[in-house]
Amino acid sequence: MKRIITATVQDRSGVLNRITGMLHKRQFNIDSISVGKSETEGISKMTFVIEVSDHQNLEQLTKQLNKQIDVIKVSDITEKAIVARELALIKVGSNGHQRAEIQGIISPFRASVIDVSKESMTIQVTGKPDKVEALIELLHPYGIKELTKTGVTAFLRGHQPKAVTDLHATPL
Amino acid sequence: MTLKVKQVPKSETEFMTGADLFIQTLVDEQVDTIFGYPGGAVLPIYDAVYRSKASFKHVLSRHEQGSIHAAEGYARVTGKPGVVIATSGPGATNLITGITDAMMDSLPLVIFTGQVASGVIGTDAFQEADVLGITTPITKYNYQVKTIEELPRVVKEAFHIASTGRPGPVVVDIPKNISAEVTGGSYPNTFSLPGYQPNVNPNPLQITKLAETLSHAKKPLILAGAGVLFSKASAELKEFAEKYELPVANTLLGLGSFPGSHPQMLGMAGMHGTYAANMALYECDVLLNIGARFDDRLTGNLQHFAPNAKVAHIDIDPAEIGKNIPTAIPVVADAKAALQALLAKDIKTDHEDWQKGLQHNKLTFPLWYDRSDELLSPQWLIDQIHQISEGDAIITTDVGQHQMWTAQYYSFDKPNKWVTSGGLGTMGFGFPAAIGAQLGAPDELVVAVVGDGGFQMTLQELSVLKEQQLPVKVIIVNNQALGMVRQWQESFYEERYSESLFVENPDFVKLAESYGIKGVRIEKEADAPEMLEEVFSYNGPVVVDCRVVQKECVYPMIAPGKGLHEMIGVKR
Ligand SMILES: Cc1ncc(C[n+]2csc(CCOP(=O)(O)OP(=O)(O)O)c2C)c(N)n1
Ligand SMILES: [Mg+2]
Repeated sequence: MKRIITATVQDRSGVLNRITGMLHKRQFNIDSISVGKSETEGISKMTFVIEVSDHQNLEQLTKQLNKQIDVIKVSDITEKAIVARELALIKVGSNGHQRAEIQGIISPFRASVIDVSKESMTIQVTGKPDKVEALIELLHPYGIKELTKTGVTAFLRGHQPKAVTDLHATPL
Repeated sequence: MTLKVKQVPKSETEFMTGADLFIQTLVDEQVDTIFGYPGGAVLPIYDAVYRSKASFKHVLSRHEQGSIHAAEGYARVTGKPGVVIATSGPGATNLITGITDAMMDSLPLVIFTGQVASGVIGTDAFQEADVLGITTPITKYNYQVKTIEELPRVVKEAFHIASTGRPGPVVVDIPKNISAEVTGGSYPNTFSLPGYQPNVNPNPLQITKLAETLSHAKKPLILAGAGVLFSKASAELKEFAEKYELPVANTLLGLGSFPGSHPQMLGMAGMHGTYAANMALYECDVLLNIGARFDDRLTGNLQHFAPNAKVAHIDIDPAEIGKNIPTAIPVVADAKAALQALLAKDIKTDHEDWQKGLQHNKLTFPLWYDRSDELLSPQWLIDQIHQISEGDAIITTDVGQHQMWTAQYYSFDKPNKWVTSGGLGTMGFGFPAAIGAQLGAPDELVVAVVGDGGFQMTLQELSVLKEQQLPVKVIIVNNQALGMVRQWQESFYEERYSESLFVENPDFVKLAESYGIKGVRIEKEADAPEMLEEVFSYNGPVVVDCRVVQKECVYPMIAPGKGLHEMIGVKR
């Protein structure tokens, strides 16, 4: 199962290396990692999307992250009400008359064209990973020449619903 | 031989460098012994050692691996961090085995490595190695000092991290320009580690739950590991086990945490554990693990590990709880604090039948061995050493058959007298570890039980034994073989003894003599008691080449992949 885990870490040199090294050594499968500064000076925020095999495995993951000296807080936010976003840049092959067609495909995704050349155009899309995936899927037929994703970054919504059933209303 | 810590008087040093500042921080940390080896990148540090007339003792090894294993032996018997200094590049990489060993066995070490000057880091400079990168997966934490201002803080943090919570090795990499830099100032050493707050006191709810569970147990068992030793909780463990009549099994590294000769002691559990201990683990209905990590050499096949037990686990490291074995009652705490909390509870116990059964197993299936009329029987040899030293020596071992025999036959009644490499199983560990142990416990009898194979990995440290005048007794259990490998080839590879039998070994007696150390050879059981008596009453180091029967195997045994109840070699 895929989990979204966030970690607040002390921004010390080597911290990313230490954490990815640990994940690698302990055989965790990393889908994506995104790292950036947080609202507090000297504190960074990491967001991991990681594949775990079961609950015991998940528990190990959060415990091993917590064990890192630089890690201040670890949260598994997969089942919480969250905002999760990633950004993708997609370069697709396109000649003149395909452009309008592609425009039509991307507009419901609120994606934008950020570069155009004779044979290609580059599209930027932001959103939940499934939305990004869906757009990539639709663009496949045009030939994807280059693709890059930032990985998911996420945190909790300001308001957390009380009932557990509500939680699944906002899946990843 | 007690070492006093005195301050370095500033007036004696005409100028102050980063290295002087560094030495001062060690003095502040009450360091009394440093295990090290010089080289280019630590020349400023060694110059400061020279000029400071510091209060600590510096022990020059003959290989950096010797330094670090000595530091491990020192840490194991004193409970204080072992301190190591090595130069950059090859000096640092020579430490890797020892750092990993300390990480696996949770030994507090603070290791200082020299590094090339900050300006050339990353250029493949002479003797540059990415020590931070190399040691990240094998340390509890590591640092590279970036500025002279942060040096005192980093050193203080390093000692704090190494010696608190679950202990472990911490590496501090110091670029040469920083140790050479002249400075006038002193800098703050206060630190805050918001992400590192080891939990010492148990959650009262879990303690209540544990007490209730033990009250309902029909077949309870305590498994005591090295965590009991680190938290100095042996007295509490004994009181607790006696109060509620709970039987105890030890892990390899937990030996000494509960008296080996105690009637409630079932012995060591695991691959070469006793039948009584392993069957108790197999049959128990409540298993209380105190400070052990359910290593695979203990559990055997996980499917058959304590299949009917409700597992409770006391550990200072939450990540160990539930890692290998599903755990019903997790208690994240220091072992001593948890045992004290448990002692305050009212636990009703009623398991007479269980105890009778365990005693029956203990009496019916004791450890056994055959005597020999030619060479020595290795098990008998360990038994002899136990008798002569009255079970009161600090024993270090190397890795192999002799290690298992020592664990089986040197019954440890007191804590912190047992020094062995468990998690990593590092050949070459035992002899240098004895040097560190003797330096840490100058008034105690220290015996290094080593194999003829492993001893040859670090025997260059004999120079240190001589130089430091340490009365360590080195017992070579010489079977002319990599005995443990030979045993596995006998049992699992149809006696194809591939590269495990030595054609040549040195003359260990002459070898010792060439280092200026007394050498003795014992070849017959008949001669052994008297000769050993002589060895142990000799006031100085002795190397004893004990010729033992090559074909002896360590039994009983749980073969790889088998369960606790599938032991072989239980009876003759
Ligand atoms: C550094 C290292 N290399 C290899 C091994 C694998 N190994 C485990 S026990 C053993 C044999 C040890 O022989 P010896 O030191 O003579 O002890 P014995 O088993 O004969 O008592 C070997 C090679 C190891 N544990 N450590
Ligand atoms: Mg041998």
